[in-house]
Amino acid sequence: MLLDFEQPIAALEGKLLEMQKLADESDVDVSEAVTALQAKIKALKKETYANLTRWQRVQLSRHPERPQMLDYIGGMVDKFVELHGDRTVGDDKAMVGGLGELDGHTVMFIGQQKGHNTKERQYRNFGMANPEGYRKALRLMKLAEKFNVPIVTLIDTMGAFPGLEAEERGQGEAIARNLKEMFMLKVPVICIIIGEGASGGALGIAIGDRVLMLENTWYSVISPESCSSILWRTWDYKEQAAEALKLTAIDMHKAGLVDGIVKEPLGGAHTAPEQMIETLKNTLLKTLKELGAIAPADRISQRIDKFSAMGVVVE
Amino acid sequence: MSWFKRVEKGIVTPTDQKKETPDGLWHKCQECKSVVTMAEHKRLLYVCGPCGHHDRIDAADYFDFLFDGGRFTELDAELTSGDPLRFVDTKEYPKRLVATERNTGLKDAVRTAHGLSAGQPLVVAAMDFKFIGGSMGSVVGEKIARAIDYARQTRTPFLMISRSGGARMMEAGYSLMQMAKTSAKLALLSEAGVPYVSLLTDPTTGGVTASFAMLGDFNIAEPGALIGFAGPRVIKETIGKDLPKGFQSAEFVLEHGFLDFIVDRRELKQRLADLLGMLQPVSAANPEPREARRTPSKAH
Repeated sequence: MLLDFEQPIAALEGKLLEMQKLADESDVDVSEAVTALQAKIKALKKETYANLTRWQRVQLSRHPERPQMLDYIGGMVDKFVELHGDRTVGDDKAMVGGLGELDGHTVMFIGQQKGHNTKERQYRNFGMANPEGYRKALRLMKLAEKFNVPIVTLIDTMGAFPGLEAEERGQGEAIARNLKEMFMLKVPVICIIIGEGASGGALGIAIGDRVLMLENTWYSVISPESCSSILWRTWDYKEQAAEALKLTAIDMHKAGLVDGIVKEPLGGAHTAPEQMIETLKNTLLKTLKELGAIAPADRISQRIDKFSAMGVVVE
Repeated sequence: MSWFKRVEKGIVTPTDQKKETPDGLWHKCQECKSVVTMAEHKRLLYVCGPCGHHDRIDAADYFDFLFDGGRFTELDAELTSGDPLRFVDTKEYPKRLVATERNTGLKDAVRTAHGLSAGQPLVVAAMDFKFIGGSMGSVVGEKIARAIDYARQTRTPFLMISRSGGARMMEAGYSLMQMAKTSAKLALLSEAGVPYVSLLTDPTTGGVTASFAMLGDFNIAEPGALIGFAGPRVIKETIGKDLPKGFQSAEFVLEHGFLDFIVDRRELKQRLADLLGMLQPVSAANPEPREARRTPSKAH
C-alpha cells in the first residue's frame, strides 16, 4: 500500500529499477543516469519526510506494514514466553504480554497488537483492549514487580474498546486502576508509543519513568477523526483537527508531555523494519541502564513529580 | 388552503436565551412533570419529591448544603486556563473560555474547598457541568491535584463530586495527562491512609470515569446518573444495536460491582458523616487512637 505522499518517491524508484534492468540486459552504460536518479530520490525523500504534515504522520503511524508489538518482540527478544489471561474474565487478544530476554536482561513486555491482515485484525480486535486486557496488563506488571523485572510497554491503539461488555466489566475502572498502580511500581517502567496512542486506551499502559514516541506516531486525547466529528460535526476536518491537536512526537516532546523521540528510518518504520527494531532495542538497553542506576523510591517519586507538573494554568 | 396563517416565521428565540429551568416561581419535574414551588424544590436539594429525579446542580449548591452553615474556604479559586496549543476549531479556545466565564460566572469546571461537614473536616472538589460540559483541562486537573495534596497534608477526608463529559479536547495532550496527574495524587493519598469518597453524578463519562472518579475507597453515585467510559452514542455505533434500557445508569453500574452504594442527595451529608465517622484518619498528634481506646486503664 502506498500513501499519497509516498507515490512520487515510489514512481522514481520504479524508474530506477527499470533503468538498472535495462543496463543488465544491454550494453548501454547508464551508470551516470543511475547515480543522478539515486541522488534525486534521496533528495526527494529527505524533503518529503522533513516536511510531513501532522495528518501525514498519523497516516504513517497507521501504515498496515508498520512493525507492531509482536514484530518487535520477534526481532529483538530471545526466549519470549507469552503469558495469558487476567485470572477473572478471560484472555484479551488485543493486549499481549510476556517475559523475554533483551540482550541477556529479563524484561516484562506488554502492548497492544493490532494485526497485519483482516483475519488477524479481527482476532486482535484491531488492538482495542477490553477491561480484561488492562487487568491482564496490570497482573503482569505486578508479577514483574514481584520478581524485580523491569517493564517495557509498547503502545499502539485506536483506543480502549467502546463496547457493551466493556462497559459492563468496567472499562473506566480498569484503566483508572492501572494509572494509579503504575505510579507505585518499584521496578523501572519504559513506555514506547510505536504507532497510535489514542487517549485513555493508550495511557492505561503508559505511566512510565520514560515515555518515548517513535518519530512518526501520534499520542493525544482523541483521534483526529473523532475530534473533527465532535467539533465540526463531520469527519472532513481530520487534517485540520490533527493540526489543532498537536499530536505528533515533535509536538508532544516540545510540550514536555513525553520524554523523547526515537528516530525512524527515512521513509518511516515500515520501509526498513529491521533497522527500526534495532534502533528501538538499543534505545531500550540504554534507557534500562539509566533507570537501573536510580533507587526504586526515587524512581517512584520522580515518576509522580513528572506527571504532576504537566498542564498549563494561569495563577 | 389553511384556516390560519402564520404572520411571523417560526420560533425566533436564540438558543443561548432558552433556559432549561425557568427562573420563575414554579418548578416542573422533567421526568414526572409534577409541579412544586421553586422554594420547595430548593429545600429538597433539587430532587423531585414524587419521583426522586435528581436535577443537575452546581458545585456551589453542593458546598451550600454539605458544609455546615454553608461556610467553607475555597482553594485556588483564581486558577484559570492557559492556551498552550493555541487551539482553534470553530472558535478560538481563549474566546470560548471568556464567553463561558461570562455566561456562567465560573473560572473553570471544578471548584475546591474545605470546611466542616456535620462537624467533621472535609475537603470537597465539585465539578460544574455548565462550564464546557464539565470537561477536564489543566485547571480541573491541577485544582483536583492540589485539593488532594491539601487533604493529604492535613489528613482530611476527600470527597470528589464528578459531573463531566470527559476530556477537554482543546487542551489535547495536556488534558489526557490530567488523568495521570490526579491518579498519581490519589496514589499518594491512598498510601497516607486518608479516606477518599468518589461521588459520581449525572453524567460522569470518558477520561474522568477512567481516572479519579473510579478510584475512590468508596465509589458512590446519585440515583439515575449516567456513568460510563464510552458515551452511549459511540457504543451504539460500535455494536450497531440499540442499547438495553437502563444501560450505564448508576443502578446498572452498582449491579456490575463498581459502586458501593447509591445515595439520595437529601441523605448524602448524613451518609458521608456516618461513613467517615467510622474511619478517623490516623492523625500525627494521636497516632494510634484505636489502640489507645482498647488499652484498659491500669488505675482500676
